[in-house]
Amino acid sequence: MATEVILPKVDMDMDHGSISKWHVKDGDTVKKGQVVFEIETDKSAMEIDSPADGVIKLAGVKEKEPIAIGTVVAMIYGAGEEQKAFVATSVKPAKAGAGLTSDSSAAKPDPGLRRDDGIVGGGLRATPLARRLAEQAGISLVGIAGSGPHGRITSADVQKAQAAKLAAAAPVAVASGLSSDAIKGQYTEGSYEVKPLDGMRRTIAQRLTQSKQTVPHFYVSATCTIDTLMATRERLNANAPLGADKNPAYKLSLNDFIIKAMAMALQQVPAANVTYTDDGILQHRTSDVGVAVSVEGGLFTPVIRSAESKSLSQLSAEMKDLAARARARKLQSHEYQGGTAAISNLGMFGVEQFTAIINPPQATILAVGAAVERFIPVHKQPVLATQIAVTLSCDHRAVDGAVGAQLLAAFKRLVEDPALMLV
Amino acid sequence: MSTREISFAEAIREALAQAMEADERVFIMGEDIGVYGGAFGVTGDLVHRFGDDRVRDTPIAELGGAGVAVGAAVAGARPVYEFQFSDFALLASEQIVNQAAKMRYMLGGKASVPVVFRMPCGSGTGAAAQHSQSLEAMFGHVPGLKVLQPSTPEDAKGMILAAIDDPDPVLVFEHKLLYKIKGHVPEEKYLTPIGKAVVRREGSDATVVAAAIMVHKALEAAEILAKEGINIEVIDLRSIRPIDGATIIESVKKTTRLAVVYEGVKTLGIGAEISALIAESEAFDYLDAPILRMGGVESPIPYNPVLEKAAVPQVDGIVEGLRNLVKGRI
Repeated sequence: MATEVILPKVDMDMDHGSISKWHVKDGDTVKKGQVVFEIETDKSAMEIDSPADGVIKLAGVKEKEPIAIGTVVAMIYGAGEEQKAFVATSVKPAKAGAGLTSDSSAAKPDPGLRRDDGIVGGGLRATPLARRLAEQAGISLVGIAGSGPHGRITSADVQKAQAAKLAAAAPVAVASGLSSDAIKGQYTEGSYEVKPLDGMRRTIAQRLTQSKQTVPHFYVSATCTIDTLMATRERLNANAPLGADKNPAYKLSLNDFIIKAMAMALQQVPAANVTYTDDGILQHRTSDVGVAVSVEGGLFTPVIRSAESKSLSQLSAEMKDLAARARARKLQSHEYQGGTAAISNLGMFGVEQFTAIINPPQATILAVGAAVERFIPVHKQPVLATQIAVTLSCDHRAVDGAVGAQLLAAFKRLVEDPALMLV
Repeated sequence: MSTREISFAEAIREALAQAMEADERVFIMGEDIGVYGGAFGVTGDLVHRFGDDRVRDTPIAELGGAGVAVGAAVAGARPVYEFQFSDFALLASEQIVNQAAKMRYMLGGKASVPVVFRMPCGSGTGAAAQHSQSLEAMFGHVPGLKVLQPSTPEDAKGMILAAIDDPDPVLVFEHKLLYKIKGHVPEEKYLTPIGKAVVRREGSDATVVAAAIMVHKALEAAEILAKEGINIEVIDLRSIRPIDGATIIESVKKTTRLAVVYEGVKTLGIGAEISALIAESEAFDYLDAPILRMGGVESPIPYNPVLEKAAVPQVDGIVEGLRNLVKGRI
């Protein structure tokens, strides 16, 4: 039987994507595991391998053309199989990034797979329950991203789409306050250029608007004296063994210590190592710490799992790898999803103190400022100290003031006396 | 109803004794069921309590023994014939399939064959390919037969009594690994309804249909998954023919996912029947995942104990299969 090659779902929120580069031509002979095409989504780029051996027939999907998840983009025919010409069995999403539109044309009852959808054959996979729910809700299955194998749409996907539709019905204008045209009207025409929103910008806008509007933030700040930490770091780096390439095996950064301290503080204050859901608070066992990485045109927050149990050199190596792949947009979605807390460090820009917006569904984010030298009174004498100012943003639905304060106090203890991280 | 804890084998023995006490037409036959007490000790001391007229040892000749039982049933008696291993019932399939199952139909209802065949079945005892089969689906394919599979001592007693009470041929498949399990069993006579499944555990995320020993394995798997927040509903099928579609349909409409776990060979088995039953029913529109079948491998049961275990569903595999089903990975 011929094998389908589909546009896979590589990101949780993804409902469409595009093929950024084809690696094969129509009629090529392919081997299982060989790269067939590269996919680009809102957040990542990935190489997709051939699922079978045989001759590949392409459906004529062009590079960069936005198509729905699950679209069959090629067929692979084994020896002796009849090769049929075909076209991609799906349609373009009605509106990039939206999944479901709020315009009235999409609201008409649509049982999913009818001939008048313009879809021929079984290009769209959905469970019977998903089809029935979609029909009842008057939602088209076209454009819904299926979370099941081969992009199969399940009831949960339909329910999510329904919720999105309801949310979309409450106008997006709430987010920005004004329509695009109204905003443009306030500036002289010709005095600006419009840069189109790419997927990442759109995602950042949506996620952080949602966070700031729906997650009740509160903030606690502290100043930490880090002379001991800096001395420890210098000593550890000076004594780093040489690796195979004759370079030091590690070069710890201040941020590596901060990740470790945050992870251990979350273990010491488990009440802060949580995630809010309407079903109940998720109490996490491990400290999965996200670290914001600035990339061209936006940012990623890759997550270091079980950071509390990793050594500083491990954290340092993992962070380097994640940051490099983030900048190359090669992170896979599972690498930046989940996590209970995040760290955002703007110290390298000379920022002394700031507050950060929580990256949902995480419960906290720690905003870290630059290390600055200042005189502080010790026994009534001025002593030169190196300090950082940190501000913890907390999701009040899950983390109360006292718990946030305890987490910050635990963090402060650990960075001021890093030997405590050994125990 | 006062109950006490007895074994599955004791429950069957009690059913046979109570049936013989209550009705003089009831008698039991089989190889080594007399002074030896049965290959698995089920008949025990019955020969001493009821005498060798009513607890009759037969030669090692299953076709002849089954023929006597079928003939006696047609003539008005209520015989219960024990096969040492249900595998040997294949020798007697002429009597079971061609005679007992057909007679009521071919004689226009003028005769009936109220015979009971007891069928020790299943793997797990190291008895190898010819003594370990699960043939319930094969016999369940025959109209005119009723096929039961108890999973608990209580059902074992109630099903034997119901089978004896039934006017038509009934095959009771007794999984050999269940003979020693204990459970509460009412002291008096009672009938377990034929053709009625029962929900052994309520759940919301997926329905598992199982029978006999697989009910216990499914319940164990459900217990493990409950700790992960996955709630499995476990249905004990109890009756292979007639099959209780309504209970399964109602359950699937609630849970939206179905798995069938059975020891018989997966292909052309109970799983295929139940899958088709759901696909053809109103529950189809409630399915939110493909139906999962977990059955025996496509091979005779091996003698090697490691392979023997691997040949039929075990708890670990059931847990994994159900987890994948509920998490949308299949």
